[in-house]
Amino acid sequence: MTVRRFGLGVVAATVAATGLWAASAAAQEQFIPLLTYRSGPFAPSGIPSANGFADYLALLNERDGGINGIKVTWEECETQYNNDRGVECYERLKNKGPTGASLVNPYSTGITYAILERAQRDKIPILSLGYGRTDAADGRVWPYAFPALATYWSNASAIVNFIAQKEGGHDKLKGKKIGHLFLESAYGREPIPVLQALAQRHGFELHTFPVSPPGNEQKAVWLQIGRQVRPDWLLMWGWGVMNATAVKEAAAVGYPRNKFIGVWWSGDETTVIPAGDAAKGYIATTFGSPGALYPVHRDIGRYVYDKGKGHGPRERIGEVLYNNAMVAAVVSTEAIRTAQGKYGVKSLRGEEVRWGLENLTLNAARINALGLEGVLPEIKLSCLDHEGGGWVRLQQWDGKQWKLISDWIAPDRALVRGQIEASAAKYAAEKQITPRDCSKEG
Amino acid sequence: MSQAAWRNISIGVSGFIVLGLGALVIANPGKIFFSWTFFFEVLIGGLLAGTLYSLVALGFVLIFKASGVFNFAQGAMTLFAALSLVRLIEITNSILLSMALTVVIMMALAYVIERLVLRPLVNQDVIIMFMATIGMTFLIDGFGQLVWGSDVYPLNLGIPQDPFEVQGVLLNQFDLVAGAVAALLVAVLAVFFQKTRIGRALRAVADDNQAALSVGIPLRHIWFIVWTVSGLVALVAGIMWGTKSGVQFSLALIALKALPVLILGGLTSIPGAIIGGLIVGAGEKLAEVFIGPLFGGAIENWFAYVLALLFLLFRPQGLFGEKIIERV
Repeated sequence: MTVRRFGLGVVAATVAATGLWAASAAAQEQFIPLLTYRSGPFAPSGIPSANGFADYLALLNERDGGINGIKVTWEECETQYNNDRGVECYERLKNKGPTGASLVNPYSTGITYAILERAQRDKIPILSLGYGRTDAADGRVWPYAFPALATYWSNASAIVNFIAQKEGGHDKLKGKKIGHLFLESAYGREPIPVLQALAQRHGFELHTFPVSPPGNEQKAVWLQIGRQVRPDWLLMWGWGVMNATAVKEAAAVGYPRNKFIGVWWSGDETTVIPAGDAAKGYIATTFGSPGALYPVHRDIGRYVYDKGKGHGPRERIGEVLYNNAMVAAVVSTEAIRTAQGKYGVKSLRGEEVRWGLENLTLNAARINALGLEGVLPEIKLSCLDHEGGGWVRLQQWDGKQWKLISDWIAPDRALVRGQIEASAAKYAAEKQITPRDCSKEG
Repeated sequence: MSQAAWRNISIGVSGFIVLGLGALVIANPGKIFFSWTFFFEVLIGGLLAGTLYSLVALGFVLIFKASGVFNFAQGAMTLFAALSLVRLIEITNSILLSMALTVVIMMALAYVIERLVLRPLVNQDVIIMFMATIGMTFLIDGFGQLVWGSDVYPLNLGIPQDPFEVQGVLLNQFDLVAGAVAALLVAVLAVFFQKTRIGRALRAVADDNQAALSVGIPLRHIWFIVWTVSGLVALVAGIMWGTKSGVQFSLALIALKALPVLILGGLTSIPGAIIGGLIVGAGEKLAEVFIGPLFGGAIENWFAYVLALLFLLFRPQGLFGEKIIERV
């Protein structure tokens, strides 16, 4: 062997070894795309959401070395809450990482709708925790969509159950007036069919009050609410500037804030802080309990922020949207962990993670072990049910912070599930989709 | 088709719309709640809301009067001014000092706009200037968020906001303050334009900037002054709107509320901006409450534009705008 051949051999071996090392390092990653909106009109909601999700992923890497040793990697893509940008971000990130995107959290109902069919084709699960297309909870028709924890329909039904509790029973709802104030959009109109069905069942009057986007001018609608209809209870499906404006207008017409209940997107700090004293007593639903009071927050402080790896200001850990996004990260990573139990501890593909989601069980013991006791309800997803329990809690703003005022409240599951299945079946018929037989799913 | 024929068609279409809507209201008594007290409550609420639209429209009028430029960036300037104020209050803990600093910032912004955008584009076509202001909109939006952040910031300057009743009609103190501020601003601007040397120079530039230049009026100074004044009007509008719903990015969108006001009042008239605001405010609120239920609600945004379009058919220059006569 000549010196030259020996040299070439060494170089080739080095290159090969480096390639193998790189490949094996890459194989030990699990990539999650983050569609975020840190700028634009909805940035105040997008920033804590992005921070909550990324901080939890960072915690897993820093504290546990990833998910069972597989490092979690992620890349943020700025959507500005625009559907077209959301689709662009999805396309840009779907093939990143050794096995492509594990799953995607679109963080926008509009973007969720825009990528639903693409994601089905690409076999990448969409996790839309607390938003998205409600009838996607029927996993037979929508194998890759997971509007988990509680859909808008469950939320609306749970609020009516809460009102019934306060009034002394469902029979006391008869003859009451319940209003629904909403941003004029598909999102705002989403709970109306369920509310109509509940109105018929319990005998209350339903009054709807649409608000023109973006919702920074609501005087006319509030004169109708506060001076004309005067509903006994008022629900709100708002977003962005509409939320704080509505709370202020409620005060301006003297509508009692403790009878005014927002959906979770109308129940964060950006809703109440700009409204000042007017927001005292205002109620909203939540699926991730507020405050930085839980062991997981302490760990995020210790393992992420103490090392200078936090994604936002430390004092904002525990805000409502931060916690909601953190819960989304928990569900995402626990689904990956579940899938590792079947497919092995390695980088998993989207369709494998989908199995993890469909077999995800977060019971009390597991929730406690994650340092999340009380933050989220028990969850069990399945092929048939991509939602889980549909439980929500009610929180009330006391002028300084959100305080929980109820235990987990269940929706009218029979009614909500019936409507979900009917809607999904209609979609399947329109699109000529044959629903999966869940008894055959492994 | 002759102008008279177009006018007749316009009158016919408008009459049809008014009669149609009236018939709809009468035919649907169950859906529409009506009482005179409630009517006046909605009317007064609308008029007061309209003054807030006028505040935004004034900024447009000032710049258009002085330079013939439709400043698309007025909404972004409103956001930038309010953001600067609210963040400076956080830093300095002094409302007065923060207001003074914000005024300096708006003057600096006016200087930069004149130096970097207007001066190089002097004598360019109006549409070029308009396109430049579109570019400025995104630049100011982005720069504002970069410097001051993208959060929602509460703004509380101690303006009372409690409701009270007069003869059964609900009023809100904040709306009355907003109306008073708008009236005061118009009075100050009217004096400024009519009685001061700078004001007369501004009017001269607005009439013909070449002629103004030839008699020694310094165009660059005038533009700087008018953009500064417009920035201050943006600050006032930002304070009122920011107090209402927090200082946040959506403040930039209130420019859209000013467009129908400008169509109605005319692009060159300060009283026109006020009257236009009142008509749009009252019109859209009455429509939302008394006609909206027939269409499922949420009609006020587009109804304002319907109102503006109807005016456009009869008086393209707006109620108080100058009639454009060109020799051909």
